[in-house]
Amino acid sequence: MSETGAAAAPVGVTNGKDPMRPEPWRIVRTLPETHDTFTLALEPVEAGTPYAFEPGQFNMLFAPGVGEAALSMSGCSGRVRQVVHTIRAVGRVSRTLQRLKRGDAIGLRGPFGTPWPVAAAEGHDVLIVAGGIGLAPLRPALCHILEHRERFGRVSLLFGARSPADILFAKEIETWRGRFDVDVAVTVDRAGAGWHGGVGVVTTLIPRAQFDPTNTTAFVCGPEIMMHFTQRDLARREVPDDHVWVSMERNMKCGVGFCGHCQFGPHFVCKDGPVFRYDRVASLLGIREV
Amino acid sequence: MQTLEPIVAELPLFKGMDPGHIQLISGCAANARYEAGEFIGRAGQPADKFWVVRQGRVALEIHAAGRGSLLVQTIGENDAVGWSWLVPPYQLRFDIQAVTATRALAFDAKCLRSKLASDPGLGYELMQRFSQVILRRLDAMSLQLLDLYGEHEGEHE
Amino acid sequence: MRNSPSAEVQRSTIERQDLDRLFELLRARGYTVMGPVVRDGAIVWDEVAGAGELPAGWTDEQEAGRYRLRHADGPALFDWTVGPTSPKAALHPAAVTLLRARREGHSLQVLDGDAPPAKRAFFGLRACELAAIAAQDRVLLGGAVTDPVYAARREDALLIVVQCVRAGATCFCSSLGTGPQAGPGHDLALTELAGDGRHVFVAAAGSERGAGLLAALAARPASAEEVRAADAAVAHAAGRMGRVLETDGLRDLLAGSLEHPNWEAVAARCLACGSCTSVCPTCFCVTTEDFTDLAAAGGLSRRVRRWDSCFSVDFTYIHGGNVRSSRRARYRQWLTHKLGSWHEQFGSSGCVGCGRCITWCPAGIDITEEARALRQRKRGKEASHANA
Repeated sequence: MSETGAAAAPVGVTNGKDPMRPEPWRIVRTLPETHDTFTLALEPVEAGTPYAFEPGQFNMLFAPGVGEAALSMSGCSGRVRQVVHTIRAVGRVSRTLQRLKRGDAIGLRGPFGTPWPVAAAEGHDVLIVAGGIGLAPLRPALCHILEHRERFGRVSLLFGARSPADILFAKEIETWRGRFDVDVAVTVDRAGAGWHGGVGVVTTLIPRAQFDPTNTTAFVCGPEIMMHFTQRDLARREVPDDHVWVSMERNMKCGVGFCGHCQFGPHFVCKDGPVFRYDRVASLLGIREV
Repeated sequence: MQTLEPIVAELPLFKGMDPGHIQLISGCAANARYEAGEFIGRAGQPADKFWVVRQGRVALEIHAAGRGSLLVQTIGENDAVGWSWLVPPYQLRFDIQAVTATRALAFDAKCLRSKLASDPGLGYELMQRFSQVILRRLDAMSLQLLDLYGEHEGEHE
Repeated sequence: MRNSPSAEVQRSTIERQDLDRLFELLRARGYTVMGPVVRDGAIVWDEVAGAGELPAGWTDEQEAGRYRLRHADGPALFDWTVGPTSPKAALHPAAVTLLRARREGHSLQVLDGDAPPAKRAFFGLRACELAAIAAQDRVLLGGAVTDPVYAARREDALLIVVQCVRAGATCFCSSLGTGPQAGPGHDLALTELAGDGRHVFVAAAGSERGAGLLAALAARPASAEEVRAADAAVAHAAGRMGRVLETDGLRDLLAGSLEHPNWEAVAARCLACGSCTSVCPTCFCVTTEDFTDLAAAGGLSRRVRRWDSCFSVDFTYIHGGNVRSSRRARYRQWLTHKLGSWHEQFGSSGCVGCGRCITWCPAGIDITEEARALRQRKRGKEASHANA
């Protein structure tokens, strides 16, 4: 079994059930976030079905007749009655999910995958670096950290979006910004008139972020190139590779390590990841088409 | 009057430089303040100054006919604005506009260029440090160009 | 080469004419019997009713990109090595409906997919095929999550090996220690002795179930000469492998050769047709497809799981494109996974040395040669550094 250095094994993978059999879950709320991103809140059709997950994990959501997609949870973690996903509509399954309404039922399998090691980050400064939709799988980590704020040092959120209209969770970002115990910096790749914030890629926020490089854990999520450049800039500030965690993405058909699609070198992204310690995947990230 | 030497010495751009060089550079430095919206420099003008932002935010812009002013990138605290002063023809490449009220250290390029002539060691040192700035700026712009969060050709399921 | 069986394992002898009784016994115990048959110019796995359907008097000639059957002298049933198919299709089906789903208004009902077939007995497994089953056991049953489709078909499967007494030109099981002697996990291991006026199968039980079959058959104890002849025949095959795979340090070699120029060279010949993955008895990749049943009322759909190959162009598709787009990357993935990273994932090699990928590659690409090419260049590099 390949190592990832994750703190704990995934929670409740199958509980003895058929891992490929979805459970029916109902949409209780659907909310457009940006022009191509929306949030779904789901609850199990069979009331009282227990469900618990850790930040960074994902479900396989099933649109019957169309297919499944691997989607990270974006809501606060733990034992929950509702599960929240923030989804970018870029493919057949996500576009189908986008058209569904409150009360519609879909299938759900999960939770799967390795989580952000929030427990191991206790006592450290925490730097959360998110690019685009990458903020969605990081939100549960930030939520957990803020719920246990006293266990962590300085906490910073660096978020890069494509444009001001693409800023995810805009209201919540302002709430976080209003707190005295979190540093929030937002930048956009391009801006029109009326934007008075930063313009430039998210890595430009790293030199000014306040953290102690000798005692920092960084959680990074976004397009692979962005994660790679982020690690480089973190390295420039002397954050060691074994304190940087990234979330990888690959094609998934099963989510449990059987279909073979998500392999990244020797790692199955669905069960050895998606969260990986950077030094464990650094050499693979440097090779084309692995 | 307090000299700017200790402030200049602490800037990330000049940190670790020889005290003699810091003294030379500080001799060409002055505090500057700009109001929100104020144009600090215009593309094509002689690059007589470069700046290090102390507080606030400054935008690099290009004016395109028919499209107006296009914001390329913003520069924040402790970052350097302008390196055209080091390279002939010593002309600003972008419009530089203060986005918010901004305090900066302004460095007189003519003053510095004359000192470079008499102290080649200083020139090499500054070239090295500004190369770092240019490199990081290029990296960032490359990423911006890639439009990583956008939707691209070939996206389907 | 695998050691000879310990003297403790008692051997029995089954006469050729008693094979039909063995088949009857298996059917009486509820097994569908699978065995090798000749069809369309190849020896393939299929349901067999009796020993008369087995490939008597046939032998095969295999080379890279070449497979021929021809008639052999003698009545032997197993004078050939392996055909294009393996028991994989019976245990890890090429296509299976995983579930059906019915949407009615706001509700969703998830319904059962295909039921597993009746239990099967496999007569005529090769040692490499047995090793491949063990490899798939580790993949599909060995982790924290198990595959119920495979488990249902594997649970009661009865495994009867017939050990090779001849090695093919593309065989290299000896290099991997997977044959020609049967490894653990078999119910019965047979060796055919045909000629010199006899036609028997020297048998060793590998399980209680196997021993029970031998007892029910009333198979007589094998003579010392029969045991010697059987062991010699298998040893003979072990020493005549057509190919060799150098496994020393192979795993690390592959991990360190991801940018080796040889990948470009093999990619120029590889068609990415996926034949190798199709005939390989350990390849396990699958994909899922969803179908809406338009004819049925009430929004009925089903989800089918079918074999897939890492050579498929969109195997690695994520929004924006395919991660492994070039043939070079896809061939590299297949070989480095099969011979390298499989170890890290499942604790063994993914290859059992059956040689099918060599025989059935239309371009005649040879996995043992490609592994050797990576090693060769490395040695060349080391030599040039030494001289520098």
